[in-house]
Amino acid sequence: MATSVLEREAPAVHHAHPKTGLWSWITTVDHKRIGILYGATAFIFFLMGGIEALIMRAQLMGPNGTLVDPDTFNALFTMHGTTMIFLGVMPLSAMFFNYFIPLQIGARDVVFPRLNAFSYWVFLLGGLFINFSFIVGAPPDGGWFGYANLTSNRVMSATAAAPSPGMNIDFWVIGLQILGIASIAAALNFFVTIVNLRAPGMKMLRMPMFTWMSFIVQVLLLLAFPVITVALVFLMMDRNFGTSFFLPDGGGDPILWQHLFWIFGHPEVYILILPAFGIASEILPVFSRKPLFGYTAMVFSGAFIAFVGFGVWSHHMFATGMGPWADTFFSLATMVIAIPTGVKIFNWIGTIWGGSIRLTSAMLFALGMVGLFIIGGLSGVMHSSPPADLQQTDTYFIVAHFHYVLFGGSIFGLTAGAYYWWPKMFGRMLDEKLGKAHFWLMFIGMNLTFFPMHFLGLNGMPRRVYTYPEGLGFELWNMVETAGAFILAFSFLIFIINILKTWRGKADAPADPWHGATLEWSIPSPPQEFNFPTLPQVGSSVPQWDAWRAAGGKLPEPARINGDHIHMPNPSYWPLMAAIGVFLTLGSLMFVRELPGKWFYITIASALWLFFSVYKWAFEPPH
Amino acid sequence: MLTRPDKSRRAWLYWAAALGLLVFVGGCAENYPQTTLLPRSDFTRLADGVFRSTVLWATIVFVLVEGALLFAIFRFRAKPGDPEPKQTHGNTTLEVVWTIIPAIILAFIAVPTVQTIFKTSLPAENPEVTVEVIGHQWWWEFRYPDLGVVTANEMHVPVGKMVGLRMWSADVIHSFWFPQMAAKRDIFPIFPNTKYKKINPLWFTADTTGNFSGQCAELCGIQHGRMMLRVIVQTQEEFDAWVESQRQGSPLINAGALPPAVDSVRKADPVMQAGQAAFLAGGCISCHAMAGTPLAGALALRGPNLSHFGSRTTLGAGMLENTPTNLAAWLRDPQGVKKGSHMILPRPLTETEITTLVAYLRANQ
Amino acid sequence: MATAVAADAGHVDEHHYTATGLDNRKLAIWAFIGSECLFFASLISTYLVYKGKSLVGPYPHAESQCMLHGEMQACEAIFEIPLVTFGTAVLLFSSFFVVLALYGAQKGNRRMLLGWLSATVLCGLFFVGMQVYEFYHFLHKGLGYTTNLFGSTFYTLTGFHGSHVTLGVIWLITMLVLALRGKLPPEKSLNLELAALYWHFVDVVWIVIFPVVYLMR
Repeated sequence: MATSVLEREAPAVHHAHPKTGLWSWITTVDHKRIGILYGATAFIFFLMGGIEALIMRAQLMGPNGTLVDPDTFNALFTMHGTTMIFLGVMPLSAMFFNYFIPLQIGARDVVFPRLNAFSYWVFLLGGLFINFSFIVGAPPDGGWFGYANLTSNRVMSATAAAPSPGMNIDFWVIGLQILGIASIAAALNFFVTIVNLRAPGMKMLRMPMFTWMSFIVQVLLLLAFPVITVALVFLMMDRNFGTSFFLPDGGGDPILWQHLFWIFGHPEVYILILPAFGIASEILPVFSRKPLFGYTAMVFSGAFIAFVGFGVWSHHMFATGMGPWADTFFSLATMVIAIPTGVKIFNWIGTIWGGSIRLTSAMLFALGMVGLFIIGGLSGVMHSSPPADLQQTDTYFIVAHFHYVLFGGSIFGLTAGAYYWWPKMFGRMLDEKLGKAHFWLMFIGMNLTFFPMHFLGLNGMPRRVYTYPEGLGFELWNMVETAGAFILAFSFLIFIINILKTWRGKADAPADPWHGATLEWSIPSPPQEFNFPTLPQVGSSVPQWDAWRAAGGKLPEPARINGDHIHMPNPSYWPLMAAIGVFLTLGSLMFVRELPGKWFYITIASALWLFFSVYKWAFEPPH
Repeated sequence: MLTRPDKSRRAWLYWAAALGLLVFVGGCAENYPQTTLLPRSDFTRLADGVFRSTVLWATIVFVLVEGALLFAIFRFRAKPGDPEPKQTHGNTTLEVVWTIIPAIILAFIAVPTVQTIFKTSLPAENPEVTVEVIGHQWWWEFRYPDLGVVTANEMHVPVGKMVGLRMWSADVIHSFWFPQMAAKRDIFPIFPNTKYKKINPLWFTADTTGNFSGQCAELCGIQHGRMMLRVIVQTQEEFDAWVESQRQGSPLINAGALPPAVDSVRKADPVMQAGQAAFLAGGCISCHAMAGTPLAGALALRGPNLSHFGSRTTLGAGMLENTPTNLAAWLRDPQGVKKGSHMILPRPLTETEITTLVAYLRANQ
Repeated sequence: MATAVAADAGHVDEHHYTATGLDNRKLAIWAFIGSECLFFASLISTYLVYKGKSLVGPYPHAESQCMLHGEMQACEAIFEIPLVTFGTAVLLFSSFFVVLALYGAQKGNRRMLLGWLSATVLCGLFFVGMQVYEFYHFLHKGLGYTTNLFGSTFYTLTGFHGSHVTLGVIWLITMLVLALRGKLPPEKSLNLELAALYWHFVDVVWIVIFPVVYLMR
């Protein structure tokens, strides 16, 4: 038997950790529990982002809407975008990274369990921090893209109603810095986990496709987040310390913000969508009873998308007037990305082609993801052409495009993952009837909400407007969209009902309810703390199907074993303490203008606390 | 476990029919004054040409790929007792083909794109009318340096003449969007000591006369949603007459000094005299240039030049139609009408002042 | 954060199973360094983009009229190459010293370990001291953080580098304390190697910053 990486922490005295109760969750370093924490937290944030969207749709239902004030509306779309990206889709992906990367590669945990807990706590505190702005009545209102110089200082975002606006954008700037630390720490962890903790025999080109896409996402996170960190530092300095990085008055250039932001922002798009691609690539083969078509092409097209994704950022800026040569370069680079994306779509169709398709809820969502993503991909090609984009950018056409990608793609993919992996995570099967109702309502609601946005955009409705006058012809489609949005919301209500119903049901899910192909289906549902009693030997990209064939039929239900001899990492509260240190250190920068001369003491004290926590963590006795 | 295929097939059919209906209604662009789908200038026809070719290809690909997906879903549904399907792992020929075909399609989009980029992203070479477009929070300023006209929110241009725009902003980034004729371009702030001035160009030659609309397309603060503009395309004669009237008291001509003949007529007009007094007393002058007042020649004030306010069709950058009632409401409570706008009254105006100012402003044609 | 990553994976034997044979913590440090490259690349790019775009003096390489002690007057060029060249050399040597210290740690040569590690720490402290002096001196010459774009980009870039050096020094001092207390035996020399890796990286960044910022006119 191969030794687990975690077994080296061989304790001299063995004692049982508390397995239940609040404290066990606060101190947990178990990747599965952290995954559930990520999922639960992110789902709540996701619902908040959804409510923000519903209020916006209600405001836009008819012309000259007066449900919310214009400044509130600006805050709503800013927080909707920020929430959905950083607090919704990314951490929902992180839930699956946490729970399933170790299971899929046959490991007992991630490589740095305490760092993993740290990532979660920083994410939680960062998310609370940004949303705390609502409580103090100063929610960020400069857009999720925070374009300087509107966001640069208080003068530019001043209005007669609020001549000295408050900390709105500071919440955003500092909140994103905090979340960035969580993302980088998590990305380091998963990067090393995937490279180093693969079970014997699992070569890189035998990894499950979800793990592969996750791996690419970690690389993107590591390379993209430092850039936004630098941009946010500059913006913070401009706002609080009197510099002119993005202020034309002091020689700075607001376009530099756009470059830095989109050098991060475009890879971020792939950070959001690739996990969903990975999930679809898991589900389609399983429910077609056929291996993934063109595995190698799938891997390399994903890597190629990520690589080229770093060279196309300026296609978000065609309207800034970059000149014909830059327009040409970024336009062609963007079109090139369509080719590997097409390869993925064709391979998915190739996967189900000739298969034996079972339309379970998970499969419906995965197929829906493919079908809807095609629409988003095609409209993406439309505005890769700068002359056409001169009409489309900053209109509802773009809103339609990226919602087909991020809702039709990411959210459908993640929901597919939820239905697919729910039995594994909780030992309970979600109700299939409710699941299918959820799918059809979400599918119809999604298209009603977002498809008319194509028409509105092309027919002259700009983005981020808090209302529109009569007579521009926007009334009908906005009404349809609002209706669609409420259908969407209702579909998630069904999902919640499904979860609650399942919660009260029996925990009787088999280890492998779907005839899955990958290692997570070889162990009981839910898995025991140590995941694998012995590390599996892997001979292909579909190890569980190999086992089926070797056994000549259905495998016996894996037994739960007494794992006392398997040494798992000890719980620790220092990751939470360190996370609080990060939170306080960065959060103290909120008071630069409010407590001039004094804020620095808070920062120093918080930084010392952070250092102290990191040292306690580093020298914490292993047992 | 299996759903009944006939039922879900019917759902797909309904769905397809509904989608077709949506597309059909969506295609009727006549009802949309700001549509991009009915280009009315040489410039937007260029953009539209590229757009239409992408739509064509996208539709073909959409039908084929979604068709293949749907076909596969229906054709390969599991039936009880199915044997394990053939375990194919890939097909190199097929994969090469479906890499190359999209590349070829993209080439068909890329070539016209690049050709058009080199036309649309450069400034006009010999514009017949040059207009400087300056974005403000939350209104538009239009200057005609060669014709000596300064106006706000409504741009007049002659039909069939090449109009060259030079655009920048006075505060934050805005985006000038005039969908039917000029498409869109962001505009960047230039302050007195800005060293590297970025002035973005656009150009167009209007096909037809008429009133057209557009609006700011880049988030620029609280009233981004109400930063509309109108473009009034006129015959050359109408345009010349408009220019002639707008030149009176323009900051670009004799620093706003009125011709003596006009000045004496105004001095004799009680509406003008009372209005001017109210304009000064009410504090309007601290933000607005106005013919006949001491600051008639000012160009860098926060609010729009009001010298010919009476000739404009809207107020508050498209917020309201320019009627006496609306104007009075605006003067009574600008923050109530357009929250956050930089129109701040130093003190509330009296009803008498409002009546006087309404008459005065509307008399300034 | 790097220390936390390095410390997290644990405490004991080096020879455990990994799929690649690379140590987990080492791989993490390398990945972290890759991420940091983009961080410094963004800062350096910004410095370059804004090179020569300051509206007012003082300038890095040229004299100017600038605001100093409350009045407009002739200001000298900011950079003084000799001191920073010396500082650069010291930092470079410290990279060499930490290699020797690591060799000592791996061979169980306590004197070598302690001697060279102390030398490394001293070099790091000297560099940080030089930077503090330099900042103070530049401030005195009229270049504040908000004076112009040069000041903002220069202080942000070198300040972030300096804080990385400071963190590196703290990490190395921790290692030195461990070594003094005999807690850095050869089988745990990887702990030092991780700090050394990070230290080399900080060094290499300076090798880029020095010519780009100080030498390029």
